[in-house]
Amino acid sequence: MIGIIDYGMGNLFSVSKALDRIGIPYIISESPEELTKTKGLILPGVGAFKDAMARLREKELDRFINTYVDSGRPLLGICLGMQLLFEESEENGRFEGLGLLKGRVVRIPERDADGERLKVPHMGWNKLQFHQEASVLDEVGEGFVYFVHSYYVNQMDEESLLASASYGVQVPAVVGRNNVFGMQFHPEKSSETGMKLLANFAKAMEQSEELL
Amino acid sequence: MMTKRIIPCLDVKEGRVVKGIQFVELRDAGDPVELARVYDQQGADELVFLDISASVEGRKTMVDVVQAVASELAIPFTVGGGINALDDMKRILRAGADKVSLNTAAVNNPDLINEGAAFFGSQCIVIAIDAKYDSEIGTWRVYTHGGRTPTERTVIDWAKEAVERGAGEILLTSMDEDGSKKGFDIALTKAVGDAVSVPVIASGGAGNAQHFLDVFKEAKADAALAASIFHYKETGVGEVKQFLRNAEVNVR
Repeated sequence: MIGIIDYGMGNLFSVSKALDRIGIPYIISESPEELTKTKGLILPGVGAFKDAMARLREKELDRFINTYVDSGRPLLGICLGMQLLFEESEENGRFEGLGLLKGRVVRIPERDADGERLKVPHMGWNKLQFHQEASVLDEVGEGFVYFVHSYYVNQMDEESLLASASYGVQVPAVVGRNNVFGMQFHPEKSSETGMKLLANFAKAMEQSEELL
Repeated sequence: MMTKRIIPCLDVKEGRVVKGIQFVELRDAGDPVELARVYDQQGADELVFLDISASVEGRKTMVDVVQAVASELAIPFTVGGGINALDDMKRILRAGADKVSLNTAAVNNPDLINEGAAFFGSQCIVIAIDAKYDSEIGTWRVYTHGGRTPTERTVIDWAKEAVERGAGEILLTSMDEDGSKKGFDIALTKAVGDAVSVPVIASGGAGNAQHFLDVFKEAKADAALAASIFHYKETGVGEVKQFLRNAEVNVR
């Protein structure tokens, strides 16, 4: 059973429908008491970093997520949910994140290295490039996935970078360290490639279940 | 590298797809879910549903359509038509749409863009602009109410304002080219693309695969939308993409 964290910042319907499609049971909840009964967590999210962190704190979900990760069960942040895993963001100021991964969230530059203008948001299908082997990437292939975001993760640890996409800058696309995973794009909207990635996360969940 | 997006558009009225769809292999050419699936299989990058229902009941049916499509599809889709307030956006997005497209309502009440962007994020808010060239003022004029009502606004200024207010994407329809099958409006698409920092979807005038290549190469559109050439199977999404691939345009 996956727990989808409902903190008022995401399109939960498309994530839950994607899990339906690949046959993974889930609950949607904002309650730590409910969510703690699950074997894996998904932190979705669209919108602003500051608001999202404020809501997580308000519902004491920030502490809950930390405890959950300490228990060894897997966590997947999607889009803004991935950005929240990092130390801080400079979206509309400077705000502290969950700090589960090292790195900062910064705005996509207006121009690339050649001075060509980059449209922001980075919106549409972009190709994954893998950086290292990881179970979450098993049988996925360097396919196309659907991105919509204006900020990206910078200064992260090389060893946590599993896949990236190129958009003027190197955009970390799949990140992972131990049981903490993030996807900057929307796997639930990324056709077969996205479904496979979600299925792999669910597999990681089953494996952790055996450990517990 | 980003890919250029090909987006089929479906007109939905009272929950059914209307306006001449000729997919003979379908059991039911009026079922939006089934058509969405066909376009998905053909490699569509995204879909747009335009609700042209006249009644409140019809609008409610649209919510069911959105839910059904969201359950079936793993590609993004946008819903437009009849969205006049934040509550309308909530209803459509909660039903599973990824973006809402605002047209007349945004022109009449531009604050709606700010409200929507603040609540759901800019990535959810598409501003649809119906543009017609006006030789008297020497630029394109914004039309509302399905192209029936001219406004005082010019397209470039309105596009800029919409983006400043939080629009994440512009769906730009050329009324001059719409239905002509002579190609997208290159000058219009380029002018808007140069003026705004967000992606622009070109719409109106697609007649063949070359037209997509033209609007991507010459006008630097980020995406291109078409309805009838896909519905009437004059060309398929896959064929257009193969043509673009051969011309070294990045597509999925």
